[in-house]
Amino acid sequence: MSAELLDLDLRTLSEALAARRVSSREATAAALARIQATDGRVGAFLRVTGPQALAAAAASDERSARGTRLSPLDGVPLALKDIFLTEGVETTAGSRILEGYLPPYDAAVVERLRAAGAVLLGKLNMDEFAMGSSNENSGYGPCRNPWDLSRTPGGSSGGSAAALAARQAWGTLGTDTGGSIREPAAFCGVVGLKPTYGRVSRYGVIAFASSLDQPGPLARTVGDAAILLQAVAGRDERDMTSSARPVEDYLAGLEGGARGLRIGVPREWLAEGLDAGVEARVRQALGRYQALGATLVEVSLPHTRYGIAAYYLIAPAEASSNLARYDGVRFGQRAAARGLREMYQQTRARGFGAEPKRRIMLGTYALSAGYYDAYYLRAQKVRTLVRRDFDQAFARCDLVAGPVAPTVAFRLGEKGEDPLQMYLADVFTITANLAALPGLSVPCGLHPELALPVGLQLVGRPFDEATLLRAARALEREQPPLGPPPGLA
Amino acid sequence: MLSLEEVRRIAALARLELSPEEERLFAGQLSAVLAYVKQLEELDVSGVEPMTHALAAGEAPPLRPDEVRPGLPAERALAAAPARVGTCFQVPRIIE
Repeated sequence: MSAELLDLDLRTLSEALAARRVSSREATAAALARIQATDGRVGAFLRVTGPQALAAAAASDERSARGTRLSPLDGVPLALKDIFLTEGVETTAGSRILEGYLPPYDAAVVERLRAAGAVLLGKLNMDEFAMGSSNENSGYGPCRNPWDLSRTPGGSSGGSAAALAARQAWGTLGTDTGGSIREPAAFCGVVGLKPTYGRVSRYGVIAFASSLDQPGPLARTVGDAAILLQAVAGRDERDMTSSARPVEDYLAGLEGGARGLRIGVPREWLAEGLDAGVEARVRQALGRYQALGATLVEVSLPHTRYGIAAYYLIAPAEASSNLARYDGVRFGQRAAARGLREMYQQTRARGFGAEPKRRIMLGTYALSAGYYDAYYLRAQKVRTLVRRDFDQAFARCDLVAGPVAPTVAFRLGEKGEDPLQMYLADVFTITANLAALPGLSVPCGLHPELALPVGLQLVGRPFDEATLLRAARALEREQPPLGPPPGLA
Repeated sequence: MLSLEEVRRIAALARLELSPEEERLFAGQLSAVLAYVKQLEELDVSGVEPMTHALAAGEAPPLRPDEVRPGLPAERALAAAPARVGTCFQVPRIIE
């Protein structure tokens, strides 16, 4: 029963819990056993909160027995990227500087999941402060891809994607600043959705680049992602960029199909530098959409290649400001020192890994006197150009489609010591963050030679997550499931 | 190419103490990134407004009444402090 239980998608498990064919305690125990059996090899979890999870499961079972279930997520075991504050449960954002930190409150999305009755299994591995595309920048060791343990799961939400592929949880939350939900989802063969900026509250989410960060769900199916988004989306006045727009019913139109959709294909996304096997699977998916009655429209996003350059000024600039708070005064680690300045410098020197240091340096430089106009201000103007590209495209189509990443999952250590090589993995995902648009990654088959998952990226109009989910679901119905990842066989 | 002198100046602004190896490594890596971002100079941005926030077109953050609300109680706010005195965060002496 346990193995079959683990293979159920979230929606089916939810139905089984509601019908009391399965108890939340059984599901939670199965997940904890699976984590125990597999996570020594995968490294998706930074910490597992077994006793709290089982207590939450028992409470959920009582509600089911009384007929007072709180939501479709009641009793469903989920896990969180370690960037979400969890009251009394260590939260590190993958950084040694926060080792041992016990937050005094829950993030808004954690409050919502608890209020929905969800069972939280623990905290998931990630690149330090969400800075990275491979999870290799974690201060607590890498996470590995369940499809091939010699490869990365992508990043920065690497643990959030790997835990799903490894059947350790039925849904997870991640954050996406330049592709950090979509790229790992693609690499691990799961669904990942970065909502429109402002759709999901950032309150209690450890900040990296505040004008780009957005929390969102990862799941094994499109429907599961819709259920999770439904639970966490919506206005929160503690996040002043949180939108007051009503949240749509993401399940209502999910089975609406692709007929009549105008799908833009940006010519810059199927260009040089794209792996041939990835391109083949993306083109196959586009062909399926045509067969389903969608219209393909060629569009142009001419500033795509400038996106990385603008991003690697804006994000480090915001990060250098956000990470100033790690100074050894209010929380986290503090280095012994004689004076205040020495305490700051030593605390930060010891606590931060190489990538945060690099980005703090870059951001400080870009914002420093004499360089601001040439770097940060110019990057913000280019950000406007990137947004205009999408505005023009959406005059002719309902959404755009293309690859998530230029390659499938790469090997640990493959990008070596050259940070620029790692940054280039984000070329297709970064522009949705710059333009504040929703983006979704849905599996579109296995790479023809490497037999590793390929993701199709869909990017939509602001707050049009419903169309992305509907289009992704239409594709999901047409293709065979990927099956269990062989890396853990 | 960033000089070691410039790297030290930026590190001091960022309150980061770098080892001599880190100074050399970052001088090279940051120079490579700065060379890459130079391509932004190819674009004509005259007359283009900077995108200074990420709200969707027509969105404005809704304002709430400016009223006093309870914040985090001092005990809880101080619970994670590396060092404290009473209800204050303790830091090394800054005034002799």
